[in-house]
Amino acid sequence: MYAEAAKLTLGIGLIGILFSVVTGLFCVLVQHYRVPVLRQIAAVYKELSRNTPLLVQLFFLYFGLPKIGIIISSEACAVIGLSFLGGSYMAEAFRSGLEAIDKIQVESGLSIGLTHMQVMRYVILPQALSISIPALCANVIFLIKETSVFSAVALADLMYVAKDLIGLYYKTDEALLMLVIAYLILLLPVSIFASWLERRLRYAGFGN
Amino acid sequence: MNDNEKLLEIHKLYKDYGNGPILKGISLDISKGEVVVVIGPSGCGKSTLLRCMNGLEPIQSGEILLDGNAITGKKTKWSEIRQKIGMVFQSYDLFPHMTVIDNILLGPLKAQKRNRAEAEKEAEVLLDRIGLLDKKNSYPRQLSGGQKQRVAIVRALMMKPEIMLFDEVTAALDPEMVREVLDVMLELAKNGSTMVIVTHEMEFAKAVADRVVFLDRGEIVEMDSPQEFFTAPKTERAQKFLNTFTFEIEK
Repeated sequence: MYAEAAKLTLGIGLIGILFSVVTGLFCVLVQHYRVPVLRQIAAVYKELSRNTPLLVQLFFLYFGLPKIGIIISSEACAVIGLSFLGGSYMAEAFRSGLEAIDKIQVESGLSIGLTHMQVMRYVILPQALSISIPALCANVIFLIKETSVFSAVALADLMYVAKDLIGLYYKTDEALLMLVIAYLILLLPVSIFASWLERRLRYAGFGN
Repeated sequence: MNDNEKLLEIHKLYKDYGNGPILKGISLDISKGEVVVVIGPSGCGKSTLLRCMNGLEPIQSGEILLDGNAITGKKTKWSEIRQKIGMVFQSYDLFPHMTVIDNILLGPLKAQKRNRAEAEKEAEVLLDRIGLLDKKNSYPRQLSGGQKQRVAIVRALMMKPEIMLFDEVTAALDPEMVREVLDVMLELAKNGSTMVIVTHEMEFAKAVADRVVFLDRGEIVEMDSPQEFFTAPKTERAQKFLNTFTFEIEK
């Protein structure tokens, strides 16, 4: 049962994280290039997303939207909710990386005849990403942990199963212990992988 | 060097960052194969002039022509123009996440869409000439300042620019590394490259320049051959400036 639930937690977590990264990248680029209108939308979105709890966002999606005729499944709710929350955190992580790159890097990229897009793709983003990696990895772990509130919208994730088992068999201690272990098994590898990745990509910090 | 074909023409260039003019109507023509050295006190607008010449700074008025075509219009495709105008900066600006060879090949492969094998062969020839072929697969952080700057010059040369701009390329280097970079530039001059060089190395300016431009407070104060300029500067401002490079102690 835990394995099944863990798969769900991880699955939705990963899809949500993927969308978060895309959203975050979009937001940060829109703001970086000062695209009119979109830039303001991104700013409002970021504040909205970071200053409301995931549980509240989920309730809005799951219980609020049906009132105006939009009904979405728990899975979709979970993915949308997680992406909505994660997007802003990812955007901030990317921003810290982008801002750390010296302007001369852009200029020297331009000076060899690259277009602005090419400079972003080949020169700036790779460096910015490697600087953002620690923050991005922290976000990934944070978001997977946040999935524990999915049980609130009737999704059979780890938390939900644990509560279920407690309700069925009254084995509260065992169920909770298993829950902790399950999350650890899920997140420890991510955490270890993150620090490995960080070491691998540290080159961007030196060199100048 | 002697054909008077004008490669780059600057007419009444005016530049203002928003708090007072930096360049007050600069006019300067550069012929094919000519080496122009721009000197002047710091803050006089030397670097700004170079940056305007390859579109890194927007200008307020005036005109710049490359091969007779205006490049300061709104429709200028700077990415194409910059392939013809190479630039090397003061800070070693190699891309730290790429090896030396990848740094050099980025422009040819992405901007000019050239074939990798062929471009790489050419890069190796140039690297060999500056004595850094063995550093081909090193990362910039593994190089000294002088080596980085020489690689930066090769990176700009790979685009086969018609003119090269050098913005105080030795100013951030340790003294013993200045020479190796200047030697590369001297060789370029010998081979007939068109160059505009901003520098504080007066002896080098004397040796390399066909023409010296003395810039002060956003204006060209004096423009002459290096022999004339360094031995008999005509204006008081130039005399004063040159005096800051000589030392006399009365004992």
